[in-house]
Amino acid sequence: MIKADLAKKIYHADTDWGQVQRQITLSWGQAARISYRNVTMRLGRAMITGAGIVLGIAFLTSVWTAKVAQEGITAYQAQSARVIGGEEAALAPGAEEAEAEERSRAARQTWLVVMSLLVSAVGITNSMLMSVTERFREIGTMKCLGALDEFIVRLFLIESVVLGLLGSIVGALIGHGIMMLVYVMKERGVAAMMNWPEMLMYMGIALLIGTILSLVAAVPPAMRAAKMPPAAALQTEV
Amino acid sequence: MARIECPECGHVEETTGLVTVCPNCKADLRSVMEQVGHRRERLREVVSDDSVTTHEFIVRTKDLAKIYKMGEVEVPALKGVDLNIRRGEYLSIMGPSGSGKSTLFNMVGGLDKPTRGTCYIEEVDMAQLDAFELAWLRCRKIGYIFQTFNLIPVMTALENVTLPMIFAGMSSDEMMERGAMILDLVGLGQRLHHKPYELSGGQQQRVAVARSLANNPAIILADEPTGNLDLQTGKEIIDLLKELNEESGVTIISATHDLKMIDVSDRVVHIRDGQVERVENRADIDLDVGSLGQE
Repeated sequence: MIKADLAKKIYHADTDWGQVQRQITLSWGQAARISYRNVTMRLGRAMITGAGIVLGIAFLTSVWTAKVAQEGITAYQAQSARVIGGEEAALAPGAEEAEAEERSRAARQTWLVVMSLLVSAVGITNSMLMSVTERFREIGTMKCLGALDEFIVRLFLIESVVLGLLGSIVGALIGHGIMMLVYVMKERGVAAMMNWPEMLMYMGIALLIGTILSLVAAVPPAMRAAKMPPAAALQTEV
Repeated sequence: MARIECPECGHVEETTGLVTVCPNCKADLRSVMEQVGHRRERLREVVSDDSVTTHEFIVRTKDLAKIYKMGEVEVPALKGVDLNIRRGEYLSIMGPSGSGKSTLFNMVGGLDKPTRGTCYIEEVDMAQLDAFELAWLRCRKIGYIFQTFNLIPVMTALENVTLPMIFAGMSSDEMMERGAMILDLVGLGQRLHHKPYELSGGQQQRVAVARSLANNPAIILADEPTGNLDLQTGKEIIDLLKELNEESGVTIISATHDLKMIDVSDRVVHIRDGQVERVENRADIDLDVGSLGQE
């Protein structure tokens, strides 16, 4: 069955072995390719992991969208008031109280946002831990084939960054979209009143936060996966 | 890692201290490495004195023991195994389950650390190796085959076979060509782009065999390679391994309790209760099989 010439080629492959290659490598390109495979092939699992980030970032973006929209409307109203009144609008009697209330409302909102982000970070860690556990055998196999601990970490971190970024984008769009809908119903021309550069900046920050959060949350599971001795990893039954 | 320049041909070698011979012109690099002063002591530790003379044995174990701790209880899985495995040999390790053959397999393959004793691969003491060197050894020197195939489920047959080559730093084109060639060799030339779940058990094990060959290993370790296969497919895998052994001279060490394995083995090591019970040579074994057949 073995074709002699083929066998000869394989066993005595005249590759440039000794030249460069007394080393073990996994290039970022290859790692990215493998991680991409893992995400697309296990889409269900990936989407559950990503859902945490989607929700967290959607909430964050919706809060920021509301903020920018509200400021836009307020500024527009103040401007039109000036145009109509033709004079500096004097501070209304209750303005100071309203301002204090506004501040405490903002503080509450910040608290809520931070909590929701923390919850989603815990969710991602949990989800990543599960996905690592599911793949113990695979990790053990990779180590048998010569993977260093850092390769395993690299694969999981790339995966989580990709998930974090995609999840953040989806989340930002959802959060922004829903909040815009709410404000359009309240004030038809709100889009024209908003400060769009500021809005875009906020969305950029949201993407950054989502990605970094996802990355940080994946570190403990990835480390755990990498530290498994191959024999133990191979024995696990899941 | 140190850069060593070969005095004979000027070839520059990156070495961790394991490689003592120039891959280009086969000159002995040890004196240069001593001059460079890098890992000198390491070399002395790692390469035992008689490395040149006893290279007949590709694997040697000395008083190898492993004790697992189950809570408070200590369970000895191996109780001091001395085993010399010759280069190019087809060796079967037989024994009932729980006899310690998988533990021995793990020690020899560098997948687990022994509690006591040493294991040498090509006269390199495995216990002395750091994580990087162990990975290097697993990648280049040893090919693994498992009972449960252990292919990466998200990758195609070709990608599974090329994975060790990625780690070995082979270029992409070369990798694909070699991967396809090896798969063709094991009879899966038409199944390069199938995922493991699209292949039968026997075909999956063939992919695993192909993967074990990826980096031209000196040793193939097979842990119950036929355990999950039916009789006929198991026979085919055994034949394939035997052919590889004969064609390429790769040493095959196989833990098994499949009697079909006996037929092709040069030697059979019987393990019982964590110790070597007896070692049989092929000639004796043939008789055993014959008498089995008559019953």
